[in-house]
Amino acid sequence: MTAIPETSLIATSREQSIRSAEDAFREEQRRRRIRGRVLPVIGIASLIGLWAALVYVLKVPPFVAPSPQLVAFTLVDRWGVLMTNLLPTAIEAISGFLLGNLAAILIATAFVHKKSLEQAFFPVVVLLNTIPVVAKAPILVLLLGNGMEPKIAIAALICFFPTLVNMVRGLESVNPQQLELMRVLSASKSETFFKLRLPNAVPYLFSALKIAASTAVIGAIVGEWIGSNTGIGALIIQSTYNFDSAMLYATVIVGSAFSVMFFLTITLIERLVVRWQPANLH
Amino acid sequence: MHAPAVDCHGVSVRFLSERRTVTALEDVSFSVQPGGFTSLLGPSGCGKSTLLRVVADLIAPSEGQISVLGLSPEEARKDRSLGFVFQDAALLPWRTALQNVELPLEVGGRRSLPTGAATPRELLALVGLAGWENSYPHELSGGMRQRVAIARALLGGPRLLLMDEPFGALDEITRDRLNEELRRIWAETGATILFVTHSVYEAVFLADQVLVLAANPGRVAAVETIDLPRDRDLLIRDTAAFVAIAARMRTHLGKGTH
Ligand SMILES: Nc1ncnc2c1ncn2[C@@H]1O[C@H](COP(=O)(O)OP(=O)(O)OP(=O)(O)O)[C@@H](O)[C@H]1O
Ligand SMILES: [Mg+2]
Repeated sequence: MTAIPETSLIATSREQSIRSAEDAFREEQRRRRIRGRVLPVIGIASLIGLWAALVYVLKVPPFVAPSPQLVAFTLVDRWGVLMTNLLPTAIEAISGFLLGNLAAILIATAFVHKKSLEQAFFPVVVLLNTIPVVAKAPILVLLLGNGMEPKIAIAALICFFPTLVNMVRGLESVNPQQLELMRVLSASKSETFFKLRLPNAVPYLFSALKIAASTAVIGAIVGEWIGSNTGIGALIIQSTYNFDSAMLYATVIVGSAFSVMFFLTITLIERLVVRWQPANLH
Repeated sequence: MHAPAVDCHGVSVRFLSERRTVTALEDVSFSVQPGGFTSLLGPSGCGKSTLLRVVADLIAPSEGQISVLGLSPEEARKDRSLGFVFQDAALLPWRTALQNVELPLEVGGRRSLPTGAATPRELLALVGLAGWENSYPHELSGGMRQRVAIARALLGGPRLLLMDEPFGALDEITRDRLNEELRRIWAETGATILFVTHSVYEAVFLADQVLVLAANPGRVAAVETIDLPRDRDLLIRDTAAFVAIAARMRTHLGKGTH
């Protein structure tokens, strides 16, 4: 008779210890999350503090480098101008991003379907990719004129290569046994593509898209340096010529903020789409 | 008399490469009765996987004839009467356990799976995975993944189940349990099974016929009918009859290596 209460006593004390372990784990997770958010803020704040101190101590004139306060003031004061110039850049970057990546995905698909296409044209793509952006930009401006088109083309080109390479790799690096499985199931070529190769390539695609999100913005801005009077790129050139350092810094901040938001959007979509653990990525 | 489920006649397979030619199988002949359970036993590299691939129409033999369920391997495959369990489960990581089992329903175009057989959920329950339907492969243990692969291969009620060392990477305890489960599944489904292994115990415990292969080149060293009761549990491995058969298998294997 005495054995029963004893074991139940042991059981409750074990339950308690499990519960307290769970609580401790949750607390630890929470602390880690907060630390993950607070530490970057401290880092950025100390950088701005250092910047303010340097400008103040070294008495840097405003046409060489502005103080953070002045930049903040400019950001608020000329918010309207900054936003009207961000709009074309954003349109160019996003259009270029969509266009370049779509082209890369389609061409990768064609390459995987027809090996001889890949053998013929992959070297061409590699060759074109070796031309630096600053050299491609004037060529495209001459070809496509002064509107948004050349900027979109530059943004697209800059996105194209990493996505093509990653996509080809993702479509091809399928486990041979999974391919044999599709054959045993009498899957057609297109079924194998949509059920096996494409999902296999998705994690590869996203690691390329995350790179492309920031490079597309760079592409659009570089495009605007040559022959444009609107956009973040044009604003950078103008404020440099006017020695308006505060405006220059404000413009750069707006451009980077957009870039970061673009990147975070892609990361968010990735988290929603890729719920599994990619087996052999990198 | 029924026609054999698998009938191989003088099958040879050679792999050509720039450096050398490998004879993976040479003049292999054997047959498996419908509803039978045959183990392919042999050392690593003796061509067990190759033989299974020939039966499943994944490689064409260089020489010899082979019939599967009275048809050519290609016809049998396109009839969708084969189930294949690979050495490493080969689950699609972006699909849950249930979705992996359902894959055969979604491919194959017009040649749809025979209906009327067990549903994916029922098959997961059959392999002891009820409640794990929505788990992704990376959330499952190796043995559970292998069982999902078996459930997937059983979908549509295949008449011939080809299994390539499905439990090779598992620990002995799990392997023993899955061996018993496989015997039970075999009895329940009535499928013909061709099972590759390099474990003597596994081969003898599971099968009613063991085909011993020898390496370099891969050939049949012995074919033996296992004379053990149809109702078996793991304890049978300690009986004198079992030990004697296992010892004989080891002699066949030993002869093969010289
Ligand atoms: N695709 C291939 N190309 C060239 N050689 C191959 C190929 N597949 C198998 N071989 C060769 O055929 C022989 C038999 O291989 P197989 O995979 O059938 O052996 P196995 O008995 O299944 O071995 P294990 O138990 O290690 O899986 C080996 O010597 C291997 O090198
Ligand atoms: Mg093998």
